[in-house]
Amino acid sequence: MNARNVGFVYRKELTEWLRDRRTLISTVVIPLLAFPLMMVGFSALAIMLVGQAKKETPKVMVLGGEDSPAVLEGLHKLDNLEIVPSTPNWKEMISNKEIRAAVAIPDGFQAALATGEAKTVLIYFYEGELKSSFGADRIEKFFKDYRDRVVRDRLAAKNLPETILKPFEVKQQNVAPPEKVGGAAFGGFIGYMVILLCMTGAMYPAIDLTAGEKERGTMETILSSPLARLDLVLGKFLLVLSASLATATLSVISMGSSFSILGKFHAFSGGQGADLHLQIGVKSAAAVFLMALPLAVLFSALLLTIALFAKSHKEAQSYLTPMTFAVVIPAVASLMPGIELSPKLAVIPILNTSLICKEIVGGTYHWNYIALIFLSTCVYAAAALFLATKMFQRESVLFRS
Amino acid sequence: MIEARGLCKRFQDKKRGEIRAVEGVSFRCLPGQIYGLLGANGAGKTTTLRMLATILEPTDGTAIVAGYDIVEQPEKVRANVGFLSTATALYPRLTAQEMVEYFGRLNGLDEATLKRRIDEIFGRLDMDGFRDRRCDKLSTGMKQKVSIARTLVHDPPVMIFDEPTLGLDVMTARTIVEFIRECRNRGKTVIFSTHVMSEVEKLCDNIGIIHDGKLLAEGPLRELRAKYGEQDLEEIFVKVVGPHHVAVEA
Repeated sequence: MNARNVGFVYRKELTEWLRDRRTLISTVVIPLLAFPLMMVGFSALAIMLVGQAKKETPKVMVLGGEDSPAVLEGLHKLDNLEIVPSTPNWKEMISNKEIRAAVAIPDGFQAALATGEAKTVLIYFYEGELKSSFGADRIEKFFKDYRDRVVRDRLAAKNLPETILKPFEVKQQNVAPPEKVGGAAFGGFIGYMVILLCMTGAMYPAIDLTAGEKERGTMETILSSPLARLDLVLGKFLLVLSASLATATLSVISMGSSFSILGKFHAFSGGQGADLHLQIGVKSAAAVFLMALPLAVLFSALLLTIALFAKSHKEAQSYLTPMTFAVVIPAVASLMPGIELSPKLAVIPILNTSLICKEIVGGTYHWNYIALIFLSTCVYAAAALFLATKMFQRESVLFRS
Repeated sequence: MIEARGLCKRFQDKKRGEIRAVEGVSFRCLPGQIYGLLGANGAGKTTTLRMLATILEPTDGTAIVAGYDIVEQPEKVRANVGFLSTATALYPRLTAQEMVEYFGRLNGLDEATLKRRIDEIFGRLDMDGFRDRRCDKLSTGMKQKVSIARTLVHDPPVMIFDEPTLGLDVMTARTIVEFIRECRNRGKTVIFSTHVMSEVEKLCDNIGIIHDGKLLAEGPLRELRAKYGEQDLEEIFVKVVGPHHVAVEA
């Protein structure tokens, strides 16, 4: 190996790479914009839409209840509901979003309350439709409050305390620090995104530097120079690796800032009342980057090898698309509930890195697993790099026609 | 000097089985001479020249190029060869100067020598006007000049041209032909392949007619004319290839 020549190849590839607009899009623009857009943008949009939906006074229809005037009066008095006259096509009206929900008050409801008979009030709504759910929720709240009042009155009439219905309280108390709660909730997602972007960042340069060169006719030009093929493949590999790491680094930075901004929204508290800390510390970010390093080597070498086999850009893309699935599936598998690191899973490439990233972002450092995963991924990466150098020696691959 | 010794190249094809692209080709090309390899499409010209340039490895046989064995010392051979073909394209996002500099560095030139060589070649080929222009923005003629500069930057003693004028317009082709002649005048060993008879008649000191991977006839034009009793090279070519062509067809 001639390090000077590897350096020349790398420098030349870097120059060409930086002058390619498509490169800037796949390596810089996408990771920098994808996260803020996906997380902050969508969250802000969701908050805005939910807010707007909450502000709307839903139109609801009351079916029956003519013999329960007190209930009807209570419903009409509500500020946050607009009662519309009942019509027989109420189901169709809910479907067409002309009204948000309907409530059927059974015959003799008020009289039944007086005698202690339990009747059922039915609330009709359109599941999956946010504004319909809000309408139904408001009706349900009214009836629950009404029921509580009835219970309180009955207890008071019999001089019984309210605690007779609730002799003791049961509560869950979280002991995990807020940042770990956030890490556990989003750690897997961070690992998944870093892995995916490590691959997508390497994909375009890998194709351009191999099949792209064949297609443009520059492969024969470089092969006619005294440059050894090992030096050529190493120079190209280093560029693909740089692209992969640049994408991963930018994505980590972008994600860190997105989470930080998102944390300020307090929007992802999951209804628990506690703020979710969504900040990735420098230590976690560095650890995620370190774990992604051998994986980036593995992706770069594999993509280079596969793309070299193709005759054209288009053919290379068709070969590499299935590889996206091969990467996404184990990365997604790590997000599934109940899947946790074990010695067996720690040697499965991609899945292992995804799982350890989840732990790291959650603030847990299993050093044994970290070492095992790092080393096993290094072994796979070395094997892939060896394969790439071998492929560059094969005339049948370089001159495939 | 180039001395091919029984060069053979066989490829394996899934459908057609073993393909004998070049079969026992031997010839000699001396410094200050142009050797023309004449043959139809698929005759084995490109494969022969690619083997001489060590882009492909021979299945059998060898060649000595500029004193180095193509099988034993391929990198030394490449450092002493300038290889140009219509398939050797330029890097689109590098400028003309960067392209030539890159190949100069890969050929081991130090920065001072590289600068001197580039100034000299760019001046000689009248390339200073587009020195800093990206290769994808150059005209075909300009691109050919950059390719020539790329092959000359390390001043190799051996030049290999594989159908260098294929698909070029008359003026650009003339530039190439003049360049090949100049290489001979500077004492370089030149081999080039073509199927254009007029180029061979104009340029070559020695001609080799290749067909179906085999070198069927060889010698200076006057000797071939005397041997086959024809003045026109095309007629000579048909006479040499004809019986074999019929045999292949049959």
